[in-house]
Amino acid sequence: MLKTFPIGGIHPPEHKLTANQPISYLPVPASVTIPVSQHLGAPATVIVAKGDYVRTGQVIATSKGFVSANIHSSVSGKVSKIDTIIDSSGYKQTAVYIDVEGDEWIESINKSSEILTEIKLSPEEITKRCLETGIVGLGGATFPTYIKLTIPAGKKCNLLIINGVECEPYLTSDHRLMLEKGEEILIGVSILMKALKVERAMIGIEENKPDAIDHLTKLASSFKGITVHALKVKYPQGAEKQLIKALINREVPSGHLPLDVGAVVQNVGTAFAVYEAVQKNKPLFERVVTITGNGLAKPGNFVVRIGTPVSDLIEAAGGMPGDTGKIISGGPMMGKALRNADVPVVKGMSGLVVMPLEESERLEVQPCIRCAKCCTVCPLNLEPYLLMKLAEKGLFEKAEEERITDCMECGSCSYCCPSDRPLLDYIRLGKSTVIKMARERNTK
Amino acid sequence: MDHIILITIISLSLLALVSAVILYFIAQRFKVYEDPRIDEVQAVLPAANCGGCGYAGCRSLAEALVNAETFDGLYCPVGGAEVMAGAAKILGKEAPVVDPQVAVLLCNGTPENRPRTSNYTGASDCRISNSLYIGESDCSYGCLGFGDCVKACTFGAMTIDPLTGLPVIIDDNCVACGACVKACPRNIIELRKKAKKERKIYVACSNCDKGGPARRACKVACIACSKCVKVCEFGAITIENNLAYIDAKKCTFCRKCVTECPTNSIIELNFAPRKPKVEVQTETVN
Repeated sequence: MLKTFPIGGIHPPEHKLTANQPISYLPVPASVTIPVSQHLGAPATVIVAKGDYVRTGQVIATSKGFVSANIHSSVSGKVSKIDTIIDSSGYKQTAVYIDVEGDEWIESINKSSEILTEIKLSPEEITKRCLETGIVGLGGATFPTYIKLTIPAGKKCNLLIINGVECEPYLTSDHRLMLEKGEEILIGVSILMKALKVERAMIGIEENKPDAIDHLTKLASSFKGITVHALKVKYPQGAEKQLIKALINREVPSGHLPLDVGAVVQNVGTAFAVYEAVQKNKPLFERVVTITGNGLAKPGNFVVRIGTPVSDLIEAAGGMPGDTGKIISGGPMMGKALRNADVPVVKGMSGLVVMPLEESERLEVQPCIRCAKCCTVCPLNLEPYLLMKLAEKGLFEKAEEERITDCMECGSCSYCCPSDRPLLDYIRLGKSTVIKMARERNTK
Repeated sequence: MDHIILITIISLSLLALVSAVILYFIAQRFKVYEDPRIDEVQAVLPAANCGGCGYAGCRSLAEALVNAETFDGLYCPVGGAEVMAGAAKILGKEAPVVDPQVAVLLCNGTPENRPRTSNYTGASDCRISNSLYIGESDCSYGCLGFGDCVKACTFGAMTIDPLTGLPVIIDDNCVACGACVKACPRNIIELRKKAKKERKIYVACSNCDKGGPARRACKVACIACSKCVKVCEFGAITIENNLAYIDAKKCTFCRKCVTECPTNSIIELNFAPRKPKVEVQTETVN
């Protein structure tokens, strides 16, 4: 019996169209737009000016405050302007526009493809390197990695969990990365283990990726302390708390962090980025993006420079299908529809799903029939129908009592609702309002 | 037979008497004194329970009015001066003179003026749309058009115009309770001083972006060119955050700013049609 988390969860159709498409490099675009806020926390401060010549890997915006990350140029060329842009978040923010000239990398980056196994840096240096190279969690949440590697005084970490679950339908970027860059990922895991001073690391992979499980299990035998674990396919297993419960049967209490049960969770993509940052001194300026969708001629997995317009990626995948209804950044369950195809690729964009109009349209909202399906599938044991009602009526204090802030917005409730009610829409509204209320209360 | 009925009557009467005595003493012990004037004042208030005064309902306001030293800050927008004078008469205080107000929408982003660049298919709720992204058009300040204000209005003073997609305020029904102002997640509804014949002049725009982006997003956006500030002889117009604002207290309805505005973002309502200018006519004849 394979491990999984016990409460709730759903099985959406997988649609992993690109699982057999090897990762290829997307050509450097003619111009890039690099937003300064690609991470959780404060936006970075721009340090270049219009007309400046920048090289690939050069810092163009520095982190501001504790929760923030450096932003690097992903191309070489001239800064054409610094202006506002409506990015993949749907809001306006500052971005650096760069016109590409050639592809000149800064000297400190080791461009060789040789695999470096020896970890020379000390734990403190590794953490510092993660801060300098602007590494954030590449699973989608974009939480700055160096903060996760800094264990606060009084807490103890004894296990590193590597998330190779990729439970979202359609997405295959982590899957391909595990197959093609397995050794690099494992070295990255060793680096993270050294930084966290832990002896043990567990890699969790869902059983729908048997090739990746086999490949990493084989490789892991030569690495000390790393084990690979197959997990039952169930959404949302890629969520931190669900993965911890599935792998080590510890439950992270409400309002606490995985560290409170002695674990730190990192994505396989992050492990690979850490390998490149620490061993090759390469900042995070490109990432693997899955571009997929049933209507696309050539869906695939591409290494894309940050700031490349989404339209370039769609072009590489065979052009925009005529009946496109939505382009979703991330997976179809938790992802967000883009406003248009001009938005740039950012650090947290693990995939792009091009949805035909027919599939992407919302159905008419029907009255709730009290079937309690949403309560059954909620992995956090919440009552989505109730939370929606409370948020709709503006009863936010009551919603807070009903633990609305525990919701991780996995969307299982909206997915299974037979009345097509916008459960998550309202829960998200309630959650953000309650968080705002709590913040105001704390500052008083 | 007879004595059973008799015993029943006597025992029940005794029980009733004992209970009455207990209830009387309990009532005396836990008596809550309420000022009888609260009921009187409440009877004067409109009983709309809209919350426009800032209190939970009409009774809360009545209590506040009775307990307050003066009427400062206490005002029923629904009842207006008449109701406040009634309440003042009961309490022997002076009612404040407050200008009647009416709600106006500070946005004129019809589909022609403000092209829609994306299509929102989520829950039909302004708050949700606002928390997700900047909206269907490129203007991140303007009306979203899902009618949270209409849902909040309990006086039937608002409807969504199907042609423009914007809420319309029916001045006769609007009591300036402010429910729509609170409901709007973008804060683009303002309560303005009512003028004679329902006349209105205001900047129908909330866009705080600089001129270029504002104009690109919407044809009738305020671009903060400050032409209106210069033309206004009464100092009623100020520009803050790239947005002009007309102070209703200082405005004399001369309408000079309306003709001066290059983007037509200043709106005049309920005025008689302008007389054609004589000079213009002679020019065209020549």
